[in-house]
Amino acid sequence: MIEAYVEAFERFARNGGSEGPEEVLARRREAFAWFVRDGFPTTKDEEWRFTPVAPIARTQWRLLDKASSRTSGRDLEPFRIGPPGWCTLVFVDGRFDPELSVRPALPGRVSVEPLSEAILRDPSLFRPSAVTPFGALNAAFAVEGAVVRVPAGVEVADPIQLLFVATPAATGAAVQTRTVLAVGRGARAQFVESYAGLGDTASFTNAVTDVMVGEGAWVEHTRVQRESDRGYHIGLTQVDQGRDSHYRSFTLAMGGAISRHDLRVRLGAENVESLLYGLYLGRGEQLVDNHTVIYHDHPNCRSWEVYKGILDGTSHAVFNGKVLVKPEAQKTDAKQTNRNLLLSPTAKVNTKPQLEIFADDVKCTHGATVGRLDEIAYFYLQSRGIPRAAAQQLLTYAFAAEVVGEIASVPVREALDGLVRDRLGARG
Amino acid sequence: MIGMLEIRGLRASAGDIEILKGIDLAVNAGEVHAIMGPNGSGKSTLAQVLAGHPAYTVTAGTVRFDGQDLLDLEPEERAQAGVFLAFQYPVEIAGVSNAYFLRAAYNAILKSRGKEELDPIDFLDLLEEKLKLVEWGPEIMQRAVNSGFSGGEKKRNEILQMAVLEPRLAILDETDSGLDIDALRIVADGVNALRRPDRATIIVTHYQRLLNHIIPDRVHVLVDGQIVKSGGKELALELEAKGYEWLTGTPEVATA
Repeated sequence: MIEAYVEAFERFARNGGSEGPEEVLARRREAFAWFVRDGFPTTKDEEWRFTPVAPIARTQWRLLDKASSRTSGRDLEPFRIGPPGWCTLVFVDGRFDPELSVRPALPGRVSVEPLSEAILRDPSLFRPSAVTPFGALNAAFAVEGAVVRVPAGVEVADPIQLLFVATPAATGAAVQTRTVLAVGRGARAQFVESYAGLGDTASFTNAVTDVMVGEGAWVEHTRVQRESDRGYHIGLTQVDQGRDSHYRSFTLAMGGAISRHDLRVRLGAENVESLLYGLYLGRGEQLVDNHTVIYHDHPNCRSWEVYKGILDGTSHAVFNGKVLVKPEAQKTDAKQTNRNLLLSPTAKVNTKPQLEIFADDVKCTHGATVGRLDEIAYFYLQSRGIPRAAAQQLLTYAFAAEVVGEIASVPVREALDGLVRDRLGARG
Repeated sequence: MIGMLEIRGLRASAGDIEILKGIDLAVNAGEVHAIMGPNGSGKSTLAQVLAGHPAYTVTAGTVRFDGQDLLDLEPEERAQAGVFLAFQYPVEIAGVSNAYFLRAAYNAILKSRGKEELDPIDFLDLLEEKLKLVEWGPEIMQRAVNSGFSGGEKKRNEILQMAVLEPRLAILDETDSGLDIDALRIVADGVNALRRPDRATIIVTHYQRLLNHIIPDRVHVLVDGQIVKSGGKELALELEAKGYEWLTGTPEVATA
């Protein structure tokens, strides 16, 4: 199957490898060579042990699809988060759609633009770090995505929304996007990055996002994955944090036949704080995988991670959380929690916390649980007149709401709370 | 007169262990009954069996509530019929606000009676009234159900729930345990305010002190799964003075 990729890449490279400068093409070649050498991962690879991606690997995806699909604003409504005035870049089947996007004037020369425009002026934006096979594939082919730059000291009041929608026209296509979020020194910004599939679109999204959090900056980054139940989604988010910065992420994964998100956060200087929250909801035969890596490279940093999963049907969740503490990262304070709720006897979870600590003066804890709803809690609700089925919905929602409640932005929190309620049938 | 609650020959087990060994008890509308007894006598089990706790199996006997077979009902159906259990150990539900939970319960009961559900605004009006009863401000309603509540707050929250749901039969399972004097008074005032001729209350307690505030019509002493003595309110005072030893024959190990 790799041959098809080689052929496609050669054609792509002959045509200049998109409109980017020559140095970008050189990086694409490098990444592609990496991909060809390693190929798609298999379950023999420890990082992919419980996540067979054969359905993705064996499909002949259309690469660099030019098929155009018309999408109306109304189709997108369910996927927009927050009020209509928020700065929103919309990408349909991987291509920027200026008409569906909303680009209000933002303070202090904040720039929000598609990668295809931004890269012409600044080739350095394209910094592929081929850390995963899919990341390498993305680096070879991705020509579009969002680029947001918040200059030093600027506070952006409302969240900036990036909405990637796959339409039925993308069925059979690989949609590969690359997004860069760069927040300058002392700046403050919030991002909502959503991936959605319309109807039963069976596409393959392979998305990479690079986040740079400057010295003393404050960033909230919410990632929502709502691909169609027939879609495939592979995502990689790499975060680099400067001194005294605060980064908080919330990852909601609820779509896709197979989905995987890798979140890698480098606490790249002293006195950094990272809060990583996640919620994954599986049903039917969905496979949902979250891998996180937190690099504690410097002293006096704090990371706090809570991922929760709710699995119904014969769905399968994978969680792997690494915390790597270097010898010089003294006074590290790291806590990782992964809790899973099984709603059916056939749902399953593979959870693996991995702490590798090489410093001696640190506080690092982790805990993972897999369980069912407590019978005493059921009884408590039933004894108040709430029927058992409604009690299950309420308790399940409560389990999810605890982590959704950690989202700092009120409108984002309320929007995700609504999504979770709808999914769990707990409207009330 | 037919009692509101008629318990006959009730036996119940937890696993292989029989805890209730033949209980007979009749409670009429308008009455307050106290069920007292030493630790392990089965008094909390009786309270929980009446509410339908899944840990217990009823092996014999009948319980009729307003003439209806109570044991045949699911826990939620018992609540919808008007039975309320104030838990000894109220359950914490992180992630759901007290307001949301209470409205869900209130509306579930309304719905079961074929009535229209209350919207959040109207429900807040109703709550305001009930909060006064337990001397609470509205802030408590935004906190997650019992999550991080002190022992006293949890018990007050049970009384608040009772005030909102207005049961015909309220069963208080050791609601007085772990309460300081002020909280005890608030709980007792709340219970007294809800007393009406068409409602009844069963108070399960180890100690007499709550009964100084809520005067019972009848007092029953449960020992080893059976009611060994019944009397008026003076029986509680006698127990306070003499302990349970004169009824059980064995000295009780102090636990409180």
